[in-house]
Amino acid sequence: MAGAPASPIEVRFLDLLFSRRAVLVALVFLSVIVVLCACAPWVARGDPDQMNVRARLTEPGAEYWLGADAFGRDVASRLLYAGRVSLGVGLGVAALSSLVGIAIGLCAGFFRRLDAPLSRLVDAMMAFPDILLAIALVSIMGGSAINVIIALSIVYAPRIARVVRASTLVIRELPFVEAATALGVTTPSIMVRHVLPNILSPIIVQATFIFAYAMLAEAGLSFLGVGIDPSTPTWGTMVNEGRQYLDQAMFLILLPGLAISISVLALQLIGDGLRDALDPRLARDL
Amino acid sequence: MRGYLIRRLLGMAVVIFLVLTIAFIIVRLAPGDPAALMLGPEATAEDAAELRRQLGLDRPIIVQYLAFMGNAVRGDLGTSIFFRQPVTEVLLGRAEPTVFLSLFSLIIALIIAVPIGIYVAYRRGSFLDQAAISTAMLAASVPSFWTGLMLQRYLATDLGWFPASGYGGPDALFWERMRHLLLPSIVLGIVNSALILRFTRTSMLDILGEDFIRTARSKGMGEMRVLLRHALKNAAIPIITVIGLTFALLVSGAVVTERVFNIPGMGNLVVSAVLRRDYPVIQGTLIVVASLYVLINLLTDLAYLLVDKRVRY
Repeated sequence: MAGAPASPIEVRFLDLLFSRRAVLVALVFLSVIVVLCACAPWVARGDPDQMNVRARLTEPGAEYWLGADAFGRDVASRLLYAGRVSLGVGLGVAALSSLVGIAIGLCAGFFRRLDAPLSRLVDAMMAFPDILLAIALVSIMGGSAINVIIALSIVYAPRIARVVRASTLVIRELPFVEAATALGVTTPSIMVRHVLPNILSPIIVQATFIFAYAMLAEAGLSFLGVGIDPSTPTWGTMVNEGRQYLDQAMFLILLPGLAISISVLALQLIGDGLRDALDPRLARDL
Repeated sequence: MRGYLIRRLLGMAVVIFLVLTIAFIIVRLAPGDPAALMLGPEATAEDAAELRRQLGLDRPIIVQYLAFMGNAVRGDLGTSIFFRQPVTEVLLGRAEPTVFLSLFSLIIALIIAVPIGIYVAYRRGSFLDQAAISTAMLAASVPSFWTGLMLQRYLATDLGWFPASGYGGPDALFWERMRHLLLPSIVLGIVNSALILRFTRTSMLDILGEDFIRTARSKGMGEMRVLLRHALKNAAIPIITVIGLTFALLVSGAVVTERVFNIPGMGNLVVSAVLRRDYPVIQGTLIVVASLYVLINLLTDLAYLLVDKRVRY
C-alpha cells in the first residue's frame, strides 16, 4: 500500500529541523547509540558481568576492543548494557515528568483557584537544586532504576508544569476554547482534546532537554554512589569504578564519559533544532 | 517600591514555608525508625522507645510537624544522627569550602563567559561566534565529575600545577585552603560558564539591535564605547538573572565536585549523610540551600533597581 504523501506542514517541519546540519548529525549519532544499546544482547561480544582476572585492566586491543576493567570484564559489553540503563532512565524521566508536569500545568493554567497554590508549590520544588533533591529522594526510596526515574521525575516535573501553565494561560483565552465551552464540551475534554494538542510543541522541546538533564543527573548520582545499585552498570557507575585506576587505565573513565557527553550533546542539539522547527517564534539566536 | 518589597517578602515566606513542608514530608517518608538508627544495632526496644519519646516521635504527626516548623523558624534544624550535634552546627562547620568554591567558580565563570559572550554577539555569525556557541553547548553536556577527573589527572597529577585533592589538612592556613579550591573552582567555572555565555550573548544581541545603539553609532561614538557604555549596561539585567539562576547549578555542581576532589564541604557532607542514613543532615541541607536560593532570587530582583533606572517597582 502506498503511503499518504507528507503534508506541507510535515515537510516544512522536517526542512526546518534538518536545516541545521548539526541537528542531523546529532540525530544520526543518537540513533546509532540507541540502536547499539537496544540491541546489546546481540551486538555485545559477551556477558557484561563475566570476569576474567587474567585480563584485568587490559588496554583496548584485538581481544577486548575497548579494553577490560579491574575485574577483567569486557568494557565494550558493559558500555552497551550500561547505555540501556542510562538512556532508559533519561527517557523514563522525560516521559514521567512530562505526564506529571502536564497534569499540574494544565490544572494551574485552567483553574484560576488552583493557579496560586500550584504555582507556589512549583516555585518551592524548583528552589531545590536538582542533584540535591534527587539524592534526598533516592536515599529514601532506595536505589533501583525505577526509583531513580521517579525521583528525577519529581525533580523535573515542575519545569514542564511551568511551561504548560504559561502556554495554557494563552490558549485558554482563545475563541475556539470559548466555542467548545459554549457547545457544552466538558472541562476535562477541553483540556485534553483542545488545549493540550495546541501546547505540545513547547512540551516536546522541554522534554528533550529534560531527557538530557536526567541523563547527566543519573550519571552524577551513580558516580556519587547514591543512585542506581552499583551492581547494575550505568555510564556513571563505570566512571566511578574507573576513577581508582585513573593513572593506569584512563580508558575506563574516558569511554563512559564520552558516551554520556555525546548522548547529552546530541539531545541538546536536537532540543534546539526541535524548538526552532516547532515554534519559529521561539527560535532564539542561540 | 515598599508595596513591591512587602509582596515579594510575603511570596518568599510562602515558598520557604512550602520548602520546609516538603523537607519534613521527605524525611518522614524515610524507611526505618530514626531512634533505632541513632542508637545503632546494639540498642534494645526499650531504649529506642525512650529516645522516640525524647525526640517527640511518639506524638501525632501534626504535632511533630508544628514543632518542626517552630524549631526551623528559630534556626533549629534538629540533631545529626551521626555527629550527635545540632544540624546547623554541622552545616556551619562545612560551609567554608562550599561557599568559597561556589564564589570562586562564579567569578571564573563570569570572567570566561561575559567578555566572550559580548564579543561573539558583536561578531554575530562569524566563525568565532559558532565556535563559542558549540563550545558552550559541549561544556554543558560533559558531566562535571568527568571534567574534574580529567583535569585532576592532567593538571594536578601530571603537571603538578594544583593540589590534586583535599583541603590542605586540619591545620592548613587560609591561603593554603584556598589554593586547594583553585582547580575545583576552574572545573565548576567551566561548567557554569556555558549558561552565562549563552545568556550574555542573547542579551547583547537583543540590545545591539535597539535604536539607541544605532543612534550612538550614528553620533560617531567609538565601537568600544558603544559596547561597554551602552550595550553592556543595558544587558546587565538578564546577566544578573542568570547569575541568580546559576546558584542552583553551582550547588549541584559543588556536591559532585567536592566528592571528586575530596573537599570536606556541604556537598560531601550530604553524600556521606545519605550513605550513613543521617536524615536530619539531608533535611537541613535541603532547607538551607533552598532558602538561600529563594533569597538570592529576591536579591537579584532588587539588584535590577541598582543597574537599571527604568525598573520601578
